[in-house]
Amino acid sequence: MDVVSQLQKQFIDFSSSLYREGYVDDQFSQLHKLQDESSPDFVVEVASLFFDDAEKLINSMARALEQPCVDFKQVDSHVHQLKGSSSSIGALRVKNVCIAFRSFCDAQNREGCMRCLQQVSHEYTMLKSKLQTLFRMEQQILAAGGSVPLE
Amino acid sequence: MTVEHVNGDQFPSGLRVLAVDDDPTCLLLLETLLRRCQYHVTTTSQAITALKLLRENKNKFDLVISDVHMPDMDGFKLLELVGLEMDLPVIMLSGNGDPKLVMKGITHGACDYLLKPVRIEELKNIWQHVVRRKKIDAKDQNNSDNQDKPHNGSGQAEGMGNSDQNGKLNKKRKDQNEDEDDEDDEDDHNHEDPTTQKKPRVVWSVELHRKFVAAVNQLGIDKAVPKKILDLMNVEKLTRENVASHLQKYRLYLKRISCVANQQANMVAALGSSDPSYLRMSSVNGLGNYHTVGGPGQFQNSTFRSFPASGMLGRLNAPAGLGMHGLPSSGMIPMRHAQNSDNTTNDQGKFHPALLPGSHSGNILQGMPTSLELDQLQLNKNITSISELPNTKDNTTFHVSSGFPDARIGFGRSTNPLLDVNNNPLFLEGHPQEAHSNKMFGNQSLMSLNSGSSSRLPDHGRCNDNWSSAVQSSGIQPNSFSLGGDYKQPTLHPGHLRDNLSTMALPIGNSPCDVSSLHPLSNRFQDPKADLQFQAVQDAPCRSNVMFSPLNSAVSINGDVGPLGQCLDTNKTFFHRSNEFDSLGQSNFVDHFSMKINEVQRSSMQASSNLKEGYLMGQQKTQGSYISTSVDSLEDLFMSSMVKEEQDKVLVPEGNFGCSSYS
Repeated sequence: MDVVSQLQKQFIDFSSSLYREGYVDDQFSQLHKLQDESSPDFVVEVASLFFDDAEKLINSMARALEQPCVDFKQVDSHVHQLKGSSSSIGALRVKNVCIAFRSFCDAQNREGCMRCLQQVSHEYTMLKSKLQTLFRMEQQILAAGGSVPLE
Repeated sequence: MTVEHVNGDQFPSGLRVLAVDDDPTCLLLLETLLRRCQYHVTTTSQAITALKLLRENKNKFDLVISDVHMPDMDGFKLLELVGLEMDLPVIMLSGNGDPKLVMKGITHGACDYLLKPVRIEELKNIWQHVVRRKKIDAKDQNNSDNQDKPHNGSGQAEGMGNSDQNGKLNKKRKDQNEDEDDEDDEDDHNHEDPTTQKKPRVVWSVELHRKFVAAVNQLGIDKAVPKKILDLMNVEKLTRENVASHLQKYRLYLKRISCVANQQANMVAALGSSDPSYLRMSSVNGLGNYHTVGGPGQFQNSTFRSFPASGMLGRLNAPAGLGMHGLPSSGMIPMRHAQNSDNTTNDQGKFHPALLPGSHSGNILQGMPTSLELDQLQLNKNITSISELPNTKDNTTFHVSSGFPDARIGFGRSTNPLLDVNNNPLFLEGHPQEAHSNKMFGNQSLMSLNSGSSSRLPDHGRCNDNWSSAVQSSGIQPNSFSLGGDYKQPTLHPGHLRDNLSTMALPIGNSPCDVSSLHPLSNRFQDPKADLQFQAVQDAPCRSNVMFSPLNSAVSINGDVGPLGQCLDTNKTFFHRSNEFDSLGQSNFVDHFSMKINEVQRSSMQASSNLKEGYLMGQQKTQGSYISTSVDSLEDLFMSSMVKEEQDKVLVPEGNFGCSSYS
């Protein structure tokens, strides 16, 4: 069907761009491999968990950095967790920012940390919106009767 | 499950895995991957829950996969505990691939160390660890059994091996008699065929461990040899090999603790606070707590014993903790007055109740013999377990003394995990609500300590004698605080730790939150913040309520007097403190600790046992006893070391908990 083909093409293009631009990496495609009949919405589920968790972590980091006396260990701990979950889902850019973030935490550099926080927040927001678009496209294809093309 | 069962058609499918990770994303991913490998997966995001599940039925799981970085308990601690108690293979998981961490995992006994993101290929191989371990155990068991056979003659040992897959010595013993005859025959078979023989795992239950620790202590850690320990323990069907391997683990644990303690000590030193040994205690407590979970009542004496240095203290704490929980804020109430309005902790008064009466408790502490010989722990000096008071939460209504500089109870972060554990266990144990409150205490206190007091006790370490440990432990403090109210709160100068303590204590005590804060503190002390310095404020009117916060935390939270007791043991000072505590609550705390230490402990232990029951709510007097009890349980070793250091220090951490209930 035309509509389906079109949608599929759009989907592929969009998806490739995510990989190309480094928003997601191979781990993300691994997640797709885990999706099957027994867990048909696995990727969406994991992504949702990630979003919730990441938001909480980012907020915690922000709060911690706002303190007059910053507890860098605490911030570092949040960053570490975000790094872990972003790497689990394949959120490459977010993960990379986290890596840089950690070194600022080690150095107890508040300015650096604040910058990283902004960056991580930005990357996260971008990723979230991109993934939501991707998922929406998948839904559209399925609704149109087609199947989602694999990577 | 046994390999035998699974073997057959399904192995490695059907492997029962317990996955622990606080990150939900990773946990879901891990679960899915494991399911894909056809394993049976149980997941939890809390280490404490994991331990609970494991303890409920030791044979329910074949393997544990745990994240390293978790908020409620350090993954390494969990690893140790699982290894000590259940002897299951544990695989560590982390986003951090630093070789040092990997090494740490391996030294703590991990079978493997995986990096995130986890790949399915790696998970497909984890079953090998299970088989490997089972084989090794089977061989050991066989050897043991064989050896025991001639000794026993009754085939009890065999019975153990064969019949009791669970490996629960206790259980085996019971079953032994019945199956004795049968066992003999089976044993023969079994011995011949190690691979198929079920290796009965020796389950180091709390009691058993307690005996073990008592025996070790009696002999002296350096002179403790398996044979002698075995003789002293006088447990049937326990083989020299079992004891030897357990001893090895125990030693490793102590070493680790001492390292941590040393570090803590350094921290403390830096802070000026008491010794890191305290920290150790915390850690120990942490473990202890764990045990306590099993049965708060046990803590009292037994628990302490059973705790291996590693954290058995935690157990001890449990009893104390129990008390704490129970302590209604009554104790706190008094504190409230004392405290400034700042202390929002009034509500937290939960734990204080007991504390207030504190005066009697002090005696208890005194009684505590600092005989804990935790050489390794070196608790004594550093009882100031500096647990940093988590300033994070402002539960700490410490505001009380405004003057309080960050009272950091440096309880060794390491302890925190334990503490945390403890806390939970306690709750679980018997008082669900208490558990809750305990938690509160812990957290609260901690928090209060930190936040409110921001008083750094640390400097105080030097605190005048009494301080030794800013027992922040949640519960106590509040109580103490109340006392503190009497104290001169205003003088919270670092130099006046005492005062600070009191003030600090107040906040803690005041709010039930304190307790909880302690909780977090304790748990977290370990993490970081808790620099609770147990400052045993003896003389100061403030009485260092801050008893080992860390310990307390652990203890308090759990309500285990244990942890406190532990601390106390070492520190006679605790006793002092307790005595000095005007508020019972304080004494309570200290008592907890001191209790452990000696005779006093005994009495207190009893008291503590009461705590367990109902968190001694009214037992303030018993507080002292609590401590004692806890002390005893704690293996005294730990405690004494801790206590020793600062005699003055009143490690009341436990007291806090207990104290609260004292009201």
